[in-house]
Amino acid sequence: MSIQVEEISKTFAGVTVLDRVSLDFPTGQLVALLGPSGCGKTTLLRVIAGLETADAGRVILEGEDASRTHVRERQVGFVFQHYALFRHMTVFENVAFGLRVQPRKQRPKEPEIRRRVTRLLELVQMQWLADRFPQQLSGGQRQRIALARALAVEPRVLLLDEPFGALDAQVRKELRRWLRALHDDLHVTSIFVTHDQEEALEVADRVVLMNRGRVEQIGTPDEVYERPASPFVYSFLGAANVFRGRVEGANVRVGEATLNHDGSDADHGADVVAFVRPHELDIVTDLSAPNGVDALVRRILAFGGSARVELDGIEEVKAGAEPTHYEVVLPRERAGTLTQGQQVRLVPTPLRVFRQEAA
Amino acid sequence: MAITATLHGGSPIAHGAHRYENNAATREQPWVRRLILTLALAFFVLFLLMPLVVVFHQALAKGWGAALAAVTDPDALAAVRLTLLAAGIAVPLNLVFGVAAAWSIARFEFRGKQILSTLIDLPFSVSPVIAGLIYVLMFGAQGWFGHWFIEHDIKIVFAVPGIVLATMFVTFPFVARELIPLMQAQGRDDEEAATVLGASGLQTFWRVTLPNIKWGLLYGTILCNARAMGEFGAVSVVSGHIRGQTNTMPLHVEILYNEYNFAAAFAVASLLAMLALVTLALKSWVEWQANRPVAQQEII
Repeated sequence: MSIQVEEISKTFAGVTVLDRVSLDFPTGQLVALLGPSGCGKTTLLRVIAGLETADAGRVILEGEDASRTHVRERQVGFVFQHYALFRHMTVFENVAFGLRVQPRKQRPKEPEIRRRVTRLLELVQMQWLADRFPQQLSGGQRQRIALARALAVEPRVLLLDEPFGALDAQVRKELRRWLRALHDDLHVTSIFVTHDQEEALEVADRVVLMNRGRVEQIGTPDEVYERPASPFVYSFLGAANVFRGRVEGANVRVGEATLNHDGSDADHGADVVAFVRPHELDIVTDLSAPNGVDALVRRILAFGGSARVELDGIEEVKAGAEPTHYEVVLPRERAGTLTQGQQVRLVPTPLRVFRQEAA
Repeated sequence: MAITATLHGGSPIAHGAHRYENNAATREQPWVRRLILTLALAFFVLFLLMPLVVVFHQALAKGWGAALAAVTDPDALAAVRLTLLAAGIAVPLNLVFGVAAAWSIARFEFRGKQILSTLIDLPFSVSPVIAGLIYVLMFGAQGWFGHWFIEHDIKIVFAVPGIVLATMFVTFPFVARELIPLMQAQGRDDEEAATVLGASGLQTFWRVTLPNIKWGLLYGTILCNARAMGEFGAVSVVSGHIRGQTNTMPLHVEILYNEYNFAAAFAVASLLAMLALVTLALKSWVEWQANRPVAQQEII
């Protein structure tokens, strides 16, 4: 089922949580709402579910305005961060709950309920836990049961609020892959909220980046990572080195240094903020190279196939100010030639520049 | 409230004490332990156990026959009946009001929530005598609504309705105060989950909310009942002390005592004391049940 939200606004005690958000969630896709905490992503999800009412705007489910439809009738499945399993019921009864509370006329007969619950438990690979109580399960198992419970009522949309947020890293990775596989089987239109960019990029068909109640960018994981539309998106989607300076032709002047830029948003003389990822920054020991920023090597962290080098900007060190920190990822062999305290020059593959917002 | 702590944190504390005791690094010196233990036990024996023993001892001072006669005296039986009636009305009503109050405070945001939450404690902070006087001032012959009730030939003060009202007032906070922190700690997730799954408000309450709060509710009800049966001050003011009609058990004990009928007074008092013991036993059972893992509990 398709979901559209139109011009949704929401204010909590004077704080604007959602600011005229309009989005279109196509049928059958798995979409991630990604953003830092407090960006409004969970509120948006709850508005779509009907657990929260928007101050303005409409929620459209399958072409019909559902803004006034009660949560019960929206036919959505909702998975909570802390599972919200009913602790006094067995796993089986938890999954059966949505079927048992249906009005008598629609309610399936007992054998049918048994059959459907058993099938769902098989789907989430938990049939052997049917008689246990939630307390006896691990976090990962609980979240699978919560998902089976949400699916039992055959929802038209599946909404997941930080579904893996309360789990440890190992289980999280495993469940991510599992959720993706499950979605490929079922093709239920799904929206999941997360603040973990890796999770969003890995699992979702499309990623919606949110910041301070607004949508910053929408796109496939590839699009948003390779072509971030704003400084916020660039810095949120991974480690980044930041430079602030002024455009001079094909270069950006940062203090004494000049750096190449990619020409994307760069009028001559404009104040810009420029980004480059750690793996796009090169370290050269030849200090007479034409472009680049001088820096001191502070720490070399070598593990696995690549090494991370942390550096401090030399201009600030000389001026006695708090230095700018840089981060570079190099193949391990190259890092071996560097020593701590060595002066080097950082040369970026062309910088991604954004016009500095008047602030 | 301390009650919630014991109800939901009992077992971890017990484990902790054991661990501290077995660990040489955290164990206290023997004399410190002995001193604290002696103090606690001495206090317990002197102020809690002795009076209880005295009650039963005095009750039987003139033999079993006299005690039995005092308890089966028609006035005493009337007092027992009235006490049971007052508790039988006040406790169920307070159970309903308590759940409603706790539900609205824990689940909804509304204007005046803070005031309501404070007002719930009023019966605890006001002296029971004043609570009784409030009802005399409102429903008594000279009271605000006195004329109306006299015209309609309804007696509230110095009659059973007054006793029930006073009992309800005094015991109101027990259920609500037990449930509010519990429901606030549990949050709304479970109920929201039930609603999203299609459950109606009533289904959500019976199938999700009530099972989640059942031990807290039972605990609050037991305490509420104990207080309802033992209440003296407020009931004394509105009762009028009419023998065989408006005397509850605590009032009857006082009358007997004032008449120097000590053995009879303590015989009736021993009934109240036994009630207290049953209450304590029930309370311990509830705590024990609530602290067991869900899987071992029989589903009520």
